[in-house]
Amino acid sequence: MATTRRRFLAGSSALALAAPALTGRALADDISFVSILDQSGGLDIYGKPMVDATRMAIDEINKAGGLNGSMVDLKIYDPQSTIQFYTQFATQAAAGDRANVVHAGITSASREAIRPTFSRFQTLYFYNTLYEGGVCDMNNFCTGSTPAQTVEKLVPYTMNKWGKKVYIIAADYNYGQITAQWVQKYVRDNGGEPVATEFFPLDVTNFGPTIKKIQQAKPDMVMSALVGGAHVSFYRQYAAAGMNKSIPIASTTFGVGNEHKLISAEEGDGMICAYSYFEEIDSPANTDFVARFKAFVGDGAPGLNELAARSYEGAMLWAEAVKAAGTADRMPVIEALRSGLSYAGPSGPVTIEPKTNHALQNVYLAELKDQSFNILETYESQPPTDTLLVCDLVADPKQSTFKFENGLEAAGIKL
Amino acid sequence: MDLVIALGLQILYGIANLALISLGLAIIFGMMRVINLAHGEFLMLGGYTVVVATNAGVNIWIAMLVLAPLVVGVIGVIVERLLIRWLYGRMVDTLLATWGLSLLFIGLVTTIFGASTATTISPPLGVIEIGQYSSSGYELFLILVTVALLLAVWATLKLTKLGLVARGTMQNAEMASALGVSTNQTYMITFGLGAAVSGLAGGLLAPITGVLPTIGAIYIAKAFITVISGGMAILAGTTSASILLGGVNGITAFLTGPTMGEVALLLVAIILLRLMPRGITGTWFRKSL
Repeated sequence: MATTRRRFLAGSSALALAAPALTGRALADDISFVSILDQSGGLDIYGKPMVDATRMAIDEINKAGGLNGSMVDLKIYDPQSTIQFYTQFATQAAAGDRANVVHAGITSASREAIRPTFSRFQTLYFYNTLYEGGVCDMNNFCTGSTPAQTVEKLVPYTMNKWGKKVYIIAADYNYGQITAQWVQKYVRDNGGEPVATEFFPLDVTNFGPTIKKIQQAKPDMVMSALVGGAHVSFYRQYAAAGMNKSIPIASTTFGVGNEHKLISAEEGDGMICAYSYFEEIDSPANTDFVARFKAFVGDGAPGLNELAARSYEGAMLWAEAVKAAGTADRMPVIEALRSGLSYAGPSGPVTIEPKTNHALQNVYLAELKDQSFNILETYESQPPTDTLLVCDLVADPKQSTFKFENGLEAAGIKL
Repeated sequence: MDLVIALGLQILYGIANLALISLGLAIIFGMMRVINLAHGEFLMLGGYTVVVATNAGVNIWIAMLVLAPLVVGVIGVIVERLLIRWLYGRMVDTLLATWGLSLLFIGLVTTIFGASTATTISPPLGVIEIGQYSSSGYELFLILVTVALLLAVWATLKLTKLGLVARGTMQNAEMASALGVSTNQTYMITFGLGAAVSGLAGGLLAPITGVLPTIGAIYIAKAFITVISGGMAILAGTTSASILLGGVNGITAFLTGPTMGEVALLLVAIILLRLMPRGITGTWFRKSL
């Protein structure tokens, strides 16, 4: 391997970044927990509740005496919905802060930007967002729900209720593209027809032409995987054209940014979604969690959703693993997590599945009414079968890839 | 046939939308040569004015048509007095200063109202049925308001003393000053009017796009592209650029998809500025407003 200029520069800049870290840690025996989540920009509707929930988790851990006698030091970075800041803060967290664990990333685009950094610096990485599945990485725990857990339930349920012609609209980046393929697959598996699939850049606000196309195609239902603040306009414009009364919407993303509080009851009523957590789950653990969250954040506490609850549960899962391992060092914690570690959180038990480093989790299907979700169905302990199709970290632990990078063909799924 | 009418209405709405979000910027940038990067935030503040006012029980029409321009107009005057007036003739400095201002507004609004506002306003007016298609009555209303707004700005500039003085000041401030015009005051009023028009636009769009502290970022690029493609004449420029870019965007978005719609809009703007570096009104309609 010849030393090229580029390689030399990459190596030396990593060294330069790493150097201050030798003296950088404030207290040598504190455990360093870094969170990188968008608190400003178009993705802040997701990021802010996630940060609140993370802060609450660390606060509770420390109030209970910390982990193995050490306090947990939480550092939060705001990448401002900009991928470039993600890579910058990821390097800072891994090399500068020498974090014991980093919980980071909302969009799949941001995850793929920072995941290689954490593998390279051997920094344990948690991604707590629902996503399209397919990450196969020993160093990365993906605790959010994936399409085989949620979309697989949502599509047959809504097709039975509304009909077999499905119009798919999705955000135009890897999450939307791959999730649209999952939706197409499940629609076909259930004898339906995906009549059209359309993708939208994250800053589109005028959905008029698409609404006309939906009227022209006359589907039985619309499946939305739209993302971010700008895309909320779709639901408003759809209702303004009177469409929500005739062609109902199901979604794989609506609500995790508290969109149901952002649009009015008349605009949102009747939408159906499936996630691993809803604030409305009726269980003592969740009632207590919601009350604690409201008390912790105070006035103006945001609504809770899968992303926020899983940020809390992800932090708690990690904490359980640190306790079990007796240290916050990376490999012992990874081994503890992969030993089938489980945490009973507000969403129910969340258990790490060792072949994929994903989670077995409960999934709930709910209908929106008056800006809150009524839970219709509960599916317990759902495995991440999508990622299991392509990933086996038990057989081959030295993996660090995103298997669905080029779509679902990697899983042998022909569309 | 129904489709043609429905689609035609849709494209008209796309054009009106562009004109609406660009007009305030055209006044501030086109007339005063102040690169107002806080333009998107003026729109955002208009939206929040409507949300806050309707929550307080104010009639939505009054909130949109009266309060939004009034509040943002006053904010515009304050901004001009405190910040912009020190920077006339220093285009790059106005760019930096207004960029900072935009960050300040986003931060302030996020602090006060949170990242996502829980308040909701639905578009007033019902649904228009066009055969088997349906459109929002509110979109039709927005088209009409945009036309009325363009006419009102034209009348102000062309028929009133204020308009005459403003145009004179923009053309030659020293001469206007020598003739006894208070250019200082004229700048303040013009900036305030530009801000008020932006506020009105933001207020009108709030019911269909929703309001977020960061919503301004979505508008700013398109507003600048429209104004720069339009060229020096603020009304003729904004209108012609909106028709061209909005039309291309609407038709392409319907035929292919929203991504290609955006691409087509940008492509047309690039080609246009390559052929006519001074915008549409740098070549045609040169004598118009």
